[in-house]
Parts: sequence; structure tokens; C-alpha cells
Amino acid sequence: MSNNVVLEMKNITKIYPNGVIANKDANLSVRESEIHALLGENGAGKTTLMKILFGIEHYTSGEILLNGKPIKVTSPLEAIDLGIGMVHQHFMLDERLTVTENIILGMEPKKGLSLDYKKATEMVKEVSEKYNFKVDPNKLVMDLSVGKKQKVEILKALIRGAKILILDEPTAVLTPQETSELFEQLETLKKQGHSIVFISHKLNEVKEICDRATVMRLGVYQGTYNIEDVTVKDLSRLMIGRDVVRSIEKKTQNLGDVVLKVDNLKVINDEGKIVVNDVNFAVRQGQILGIAGVEGNGQRELIDCITGLETTFVGKVSLHGLEDKQEFSVKNLRLNGMNHIPEDRLVYGVSSEASIQDNIISNRYDQADLNKGIFQDRKAITTLSNELIKQYQVKTDSKDTLVRMLSGGNMQKVVAAREMSTDMKILIADQPTRGIDVGTAAFIHDKIVELRDKGVAVLLVSADINEVMDVSDSLIVMYEGKIAAYFDSIKDLSQETLGEYMLGIKKMSEEEIRGATV
Amino acid sequence: MELFSIFLNPGFWFSLIRSSTPLIFAGMAALIASRSGITNMAIEGSMTLGALAAVVASWYFQNAWLGLLAAVLVGITIALFLAYFKLKMMADEILVAIALNLFATGASIFILFLLTGDKSNSSALNSLVLPTVSFAFLNNIPFIGQVINGQNILVYVAFISTFILNYFLFKTPMGLRIRSVGGNEHAAESVGVYVHKTKYIGLAISGMFAGLGGAFMSLGYMSLFTRGMVAGRGFIAIAAANVGGRSPIPTMFSAMLFGFFDNLGNNLQQFKVINEFVFMIPYIATIIMFAFSSYRRMTEKKRLNKKILASQKAE
Repeated sequence: MSNNVVLEMKNITKIYPNGVIANKDANLSVRESEIHALLGENGAGKTTLMKILFGIEHYTSGEILLNGKPIKVTSPLEAIDLGIGMVHQHFMLDERLTVTENIILGMEPKKGLSLDYKKATEMVKEVSEKYNFKVDPNKLVMDLSVGKKQKVEILKALIRGAKILILDEPTAVLTPQETSELFEQLETLKKQGHSIVFISHKLNEVKEICDRATVMRLGVYQGTYNIEDVTVKDLSRLMIGRDVVRSIEKKTQNLGDVVLKVDNLKVINDEGKIVVNDVNFAVRQGQILGIAGVEGNGQRELIDCITGLETTFVGKVSLHGLEDKQEFSVKNLRLNGMNHIPEDRLVYGVSSEASIQDNIISNRYDQADLNKGIFQDRKAITTLSNELIKQYQVKTDSKDTLVRMLSGGNMQKVVAAREMSTDMKILIADQPTRGIDVGTAAFIHDKIVELRDKGVAVLLVSADINEVMDVSDSLIVMYEGKIAAYFDSIKDLSQETLGEYMLGIKKMSEEEIRGATV
Repeated sequence: MELFSIFLNPGFWFSLIRSSTPLIFAGMAALIASRSGITNMAIEGSMTLGALAAVVASWYFQNAWLGLLAAVLVGITIALFLAYFKLKMMADEILVAIALNLFATGASIFILFLLTGDKSNSSALNSLVLPTVSFAFLNNIPFIGQVINGQNILVYVAFISTFILNYFLFKTPMGLRIRSVGGNEHAAESVGVYVHKTKYIGLAISGMFAGLGGAFMSLGYMSLFTRGMVAGRGFIAIAAANVGGRSPIPTMFSAMLFGFFDNLGNNLQQFKVINEFVFMIPYIATIIMFAFSSYRRMTEKKRLNKKILASQKAE
């Protein structure tokens, strides 16, 4: 890192037309060859600040200096011309085009009338070799892993000459291996003189890779720090104003009957690959069974079978006496006491065009206490939703706010409020805290433990090692569709050991795994 | 057995190619619009007005080529109109297209009536037709020569333009941009592609093909305009483009498959099959083709499951 400041954002204030203040006097100063963290909880204004820099949003007041000269960025195109590139959280890629086509789109090399595909491929190869990004230029983007797609996004910025690269929560979608690969590449970029703005709320990652960090809280600038001079605890205090490093206090387990049992489950996906292979386990009342594993090792397909979203499987799933596949409709499962916090909240969790209230009652709108004859009991519904909004601390001004207006964390609270507030025998919590801030995550974890103490069986799926280790009583590790390990108790389990099972370095014998079924 | 003799007659294949031509033009119109991210349901209406414009201009100027030009211009105008409402006015493209189609039906009859005093056809107008083309060398090839020689010039244009469109879509920068704005316009926008401009270009090309299809109807397939002459070809073409995976060459073949049934219908009339039933065939074929491809897609997984489990057991 040199001391040469390349980019400065001074006293940036952004007020939306509806009066919401997204940024207030925010400052950011990025040096040449540095990885600069932009830290803050969800809704702290990090992304807005970067969208201002990239020309997607326009600021109300303030000043941006590039190499000491004031600049006005009014569109992403101008930002690209100025050497600023951004990798969004949701990729801007056309899935049906090849890697090359995506990268050279808008700057296609020509040969006569034709697009010179040979030259285009060479251009992509050249830039990917220069920065040591391994992607096959001729593959369709839809066939790439998430990690590779991200590389394509970064290459898109680099080939257009980006010197300053903004990465919006780049590790949120990556596996641990992909994350460390990305970090190596970021180091390479840094050595070649690029500056990187690394938006994140994962403190350990920031500590590992960044040189300096700018912290924001509720849109307000909290200061810029040299990473060497601060601890993870300091940073977390700056981000949320309290220590978040904690462990959950749990009462001793009070195990009851088996609620959910999975026998010899086998699932074949659309591509004909066996994605869940002979999985056996059981969950009991008062037990939180965690399923750990790097994403994409069969967890999603497993949960789809259990929750009735997928019915073409081989083997047996039984819920409290319910065994027939025909009976595994979502509605019937819910009537039999299964609640489900789905992995993808925007697809399965909420109807984003409906109000908070409508989302909350969507699993109980037909219950007697919310209806009067053939009409809805508006009073009872209002009372219920206001109560749940308060109890689950959903930040909103009204129960009638559309869910799409909420931040990701608050959306997740709406899902949690709905799924955790009815009577149930089992809760399937699939990545219940992904992409949400630490405060909300802790709140949801407490609620899960509370349910367990009441005798509910909980199946918790998560790719976050800390989450499964903090919350679960027992633990299954999935690797390539199979159960790679089972831990009856996780007291003596270390993160390192768990990691080895998750990455397929170690595998337990059938004998040891059998414990999961009892 | 008599039925099979139909297929041995080169005349059957000659008219198959002829009756596939408007479907190929319309299929190209449907696929390029769909590739640019807008469903062009107004192809039917564009063809109707295009067919009328072709007859009127060819009569007025006494030049069939100007008739062709008029049809193309009408097609482009309607497609750009649709794009404008979709992109600028944020209207639903299907609703706009329905309005355009109903407008086309009414307007074409109205204009026809103004010019001829007749509401059913343009026989009162002394319009010209586009020439047919013969290649001497083809006469020496038995059967095939009889099938492909001596067709209207637009028939050859249709087949050649399939390959030109294929090249344009998959080998040129503009083709890539059109595919990208239809695939993920945010991705295109993020690298500086002008999304609206690109979509207008895609729709203009779509309109041009719809106009060509209309011109063929009244300057080649028939030599006059009659009301209802497009007869749902603009809609069938959307199906053909879908069956053809929105790629020009497969779409050409699926358009020919629809053309085959259309033609078969005409030929079956000689076996005293009731006319109305015969004319149902291409449409029933459409539904069956769609049902079949959906069924295959739906059961694909079950079949795969069985196959893989069986191979596992064998091990």
C-alpha cells in the first residue's frame, strides 16, 4: 500500500425523495494498491455509498475526487470510463451467453461485419492469465459455479481498465475454498496497483485481507482505521455498538419422540446426477439437528424432499406417522406441524409485492381465530401482525408496508415471525440467517433455541460453521450428497475437524454415522 | 394406399415449400423479437396490413417491387409502434399487440372498401405479382428440380434469409447485443449497451420479416388481397419459433412442419374429408406438438430416475 490517495469521497449525504437518509456526511479515502474494507451492518448505507460512486445513485451533497480532481459520475458508463468497476451482489451476467460473450459485450472486436470470436477469446484469455483467473472462455455462464461467475464479473471490470474495483459482499455466495482463492486473486490485483473496496460485514475476512477499514453505522461514518491497529471486537463494537462475539446459553436437552425420519433417501437431479445418496437420519422433539456442509452438497435437494417441494425421490421420509408421498403436499405437511424457513427468502419465503401483514398471515389466514364467518376478522389480524412486528423487531412504519421495501434482514424477520409463531412439531430452518446482520441473526438463533426448549424438533441447515456449531445439539455433515459425519454432541468438536469433514478430507465409517438414525 | 401417392407427387412437395414460406418469414419475425426480449404478437396484424399495402402499392405504382417495399415499411412501422408502447409507455406488449391485431383486421377491410367498394377481396384492383424464378440447371435433376424450381422469388428469399439471420444473430456484434438485451438487460446495460436502441433494432427486423410474409401472401401465394387471408399464420409462427428454440434454422424446419400439415389438409380434400376438419389439422398439430414437448419435459426426470437406478442395480 502506498500513501498515494486515488479516490476520495467527502461528506457525501444522500437523502431519498421519501425522506430516508441513506448516507450522512460519509467519507471514504482509498489509496493506491490497497484493499479497503467498507464495513457495516445491513442497511448501514455501504451499498448506497458505492452506488453513488458507480453512478447508479446520485448524491444530495458532497464531493468526489479522483486523483485529486473533482469528478461527477452520472452513469455506470462514466464510472467505467474513469476506471471504476463494480461487482454487484447479484451478478450482471446473461446466463445463456458464453463467458467470452459476456465479457466482450459492448466492446466487441470486429472482422469485417462479423464479430471476431477468435480475437475475443484471445482477449479474454489474455486478461484472465494476466490476473491469474482460471475460467474457460467458451463455457456458457449458466454452466459455471457461483465462484466462477464472480470471476467473470471481475474480468468484465478489469478488461475495461478498472483501477478501482468495488466488490459488494463478494464472499456471501462463495464456499470457503472459493473465498480463499478470491483472496489470493485480490492480493495479486493489489500488487499490480489496483485499489479494491471490499464491502462486507464478515469481520474475520476483513481482518484477514484488508489494509484499512471504513466503518459505517446507520448511514453515518464512524471512522477509518488501520486493520493492524484494531481488533475484531473493536470493529464489531463500531459496527453495531455492542460486542457480538458470544455463545448461546442452552438448557440441558430434553429429548422426546422421533418427529422426522429419513430412510435411504436418494435424489437424482435434472442433469441425472445423484445429489442425495442414501441419507438416513432422525430428528427428535427437543433436539436441534444441524446439517453442516459447503453449499451444493445435496442440502437443498434433501430439504426439498422433506418439505414437499420435490416428490420424485427414492426412499422414505416420514413425519410423525405421515409416510405416503401422496400426503406430502406443502399444505398437508403444515397441517401436520411442519414449519419451514426456506433458503431463498425472495423465492419461497415472502411475496415481495404483498404487505408485511399479508405475508405474516399467509400460513394461517384460514384459521378460525382470524375469520368471522366467511369474512376475515380484520381486527384480529391487525392485532396479530402488530404484535409479531413488535416482537420480532421488524423495522417498518406500518404493517401495510410492502415487503419489497424492506432490507434483507427485515424480510428475514418477517419470515421468521410467520414461521416461528404458530404451533408446530418441527421447524425446518434452511439458512435462516444468510446475508443478514449479526443482530438479527442472534435474535433468530435465540428464538430457535426457545422453540427447542419447548419441545419442538428443529432441523437447521447452514453453510455457516459458526451458526451450526453455536445452535445445534447434534450435527450431520453432508459431503457430495452423503452424510460424511455425525456428531451426537458438538461439545468437543473443533472448527478445524468440522472443516475437514465438510471439505471431504475425512469421512466417518457407516458404523459411526448410524448414530444419526437413533 | 391412395394417401401415400400424395407424397410421391412432386407437386405436393412443391406446394409444401410454397405454403411454408409465409410461416418461415413470420417465424423469423417471432424469433428475433423474442430474442430482443419482446414478444411480437402483432405479427398477424402486420402481415394482414402488409399484404394489403403490397397489393395497393403494386396496383398504384404498377410495380410489384414497390408493393414489396410498402409491405416491409408497414411491418416495420407496426413493430416499432409496439416497441415504443412497450419501452417508452411501459404498456403490456400482449395487450398492445391484441389492439394492433384487431385494428389491422378492421382497418384492412375499411381501406379495401374505400378503394374497391368491395369488402371481401381486391380483385377490382389490377395489382401485379412478384416474378417466379427458374434455374435451368435444376431442370436436369429429377423430382428435386420439380420441387424447388420455378417458385416465387420470395420463396428463395425466405430460405436464404434464414441463414442470413442465423449469421447475424450468432456471428455479429449487433446479434450478440440483441441476444444480450433479451437475455439479461441489466447485464447489457452494465457494460454500456444501449438497451432501448438495441430492442428497437430487433423489433424493426421483426417487422421487416412480418412485412415480407405479408407481401408474399398477396404478391406470390395469391395474386390479390382477401379478407382473413393471413388466417392465423402470424400466431402459428410464434409457436414455430418456440418449437425451433428461437434459432433460425430449427425454426425454419418447424415452420416447414406446420406447412406440411397445412398442405396435407389441402390435399386430403380430394378424399372427401370435410373441408372444415381438414383445416383444423395444422392447429390440432400445433396443440399436439406443444403437448408432446411439455409432456417430455415433465416426465424427463422420472425417466432419468428410472434409468439411473436401473443402471445402479445392474452394478
